[in-house]
Amino acid sequence: MGVTDTAQTELAPLPPGEDQDAILRQVTGELQDKGFVIASVDKLVNWARTGSLWPMTFGLACCAIEMMHAYVSRYDLDRFGVVPRPSPRQSDVIIVAGTLTNKMAPAFRKVYDQMAEPRYVISMGSCANGGGYYHYSYSVVRGCDRVVPVDVYVPGCPPTAEALVYGVMQLQKKIKRTGTLFR
Amino acid sequence: MDQALKELGGYIRDNLGSSVVDVTVRLGELSVEIERADVLRVLKFLRDDANCQFLTLLDVCGVDYPDDDERFEIVYHLLSMTHNTRVRIKLRTDEDTPVDSATGLFNAANWWEREVWDMFGVAFVDHPDLRRILTDYGFEGHPLRKDFPLTGYVEIRYDDEQKRIVYEPVKLTQEFRSFDFLSPWEGVQRMLPGDEKADDAAEEEAK
Repeated sequence: MGVTDTAQTELAPLPPGEDQDAILRQVTGELQDKGFVIASVDKLVNWARTGSLWPMTFGLACCAIEMMHAYVSRYDLDRFGVVPRPSPRQSDVIIVAGTLTNKMAPAFRKVYDQMAEPRYVISMGSCANGGGYYHYSYSVVRGCDRVVPVDVYVPGCPPTAEALVYGVMQLQKKIKRTGTLFR
Repeated sequence: MDQALKELGGYIRDNLGSSVVDVTVRLGELSVEIERADVLRVLKFLRDDANCQFLTLLDVCGVDYPDDDERFEIVYHLLSMTHNTRVRIKLRTDEDTPVDSATGLFNAANWWEREVWDMFGVAFVDHPDLRRILTDYGFEGHPLRKDFPLTGYVEIRYDDEQKRIVYEPVKLTQEFRSFDFLSPWEGVQRMLPGDEKADDAAEEEAK
């Protein structure tokens, strides 16, 4: 991060030890020398965006319970920088957790439209992915991707909290891979 | 237990006479079938009488028997806390005949009767606010009727040009398939689908 000449585009975090000390010495050396560090703006922006993904939790049905499990102590999402926000205006990702019914669809679209760019959608559970258990019902939208564009699908009924954490991490990787400053 | 219920059934029949069509006690539960026109009289009696005191209305629901003329059966479940008894009141009606609303006697009946109207299409006379409660806002049809298809008639998607949700006729990529070969309701099928040629093959081998 912030080191000028890196051969690889993706660096795994280094454990404390010799290598970590070497990198730190290099960065502080540069700072003391020149007073600034050159970095790629896109990478910096992506790092900032993935490091603090604030979801608007759209808990519709049973998947909301597993989403709660992902937030609390065992699979703590807060350590990823993911803090749930109640308002779409203050969030950058929406986790659709549960069955999207016909009655809810216009309200959901409205909530999605109120989010500011860049915004992402995680579809959680089989009901949000493709109608799920209620696919053949008269009052269910067969997948929330009929209403909003989805970035990550997390399968399961419900997906384990661990699977949702994995989905969030996949979204982070997707943002690192495809995110830019100007969309 | 059954004896007490039978006595209660007899007591109800004695006091309500012509309104009661049938009284049955089955599996430890008392069911009373009544005439549609007398529903308020029956419910009022059950609520106010000292031996009954069914002050709690637990449920109002509907059942559809499509083969009968009076296809809908409206079922009321009542509970008496003081006597620790439950009773089921049933009445039959068809699509066009409304039933008197029980909201005057039991406030709880309000939403349940809205649900029966929404799901079956049975209207209730003198209901303070009879409108849909569960289905979507512009929904047409009464879903729990037996002739309403499982998948309904319309489905939903977001249209980017019109910038809103649009309703379109349903198009399923794969139709609903039932996989219940060993269901206790339909009986164990002796011949599992796919095994039709198994017997012939066994005969061939035996030869």
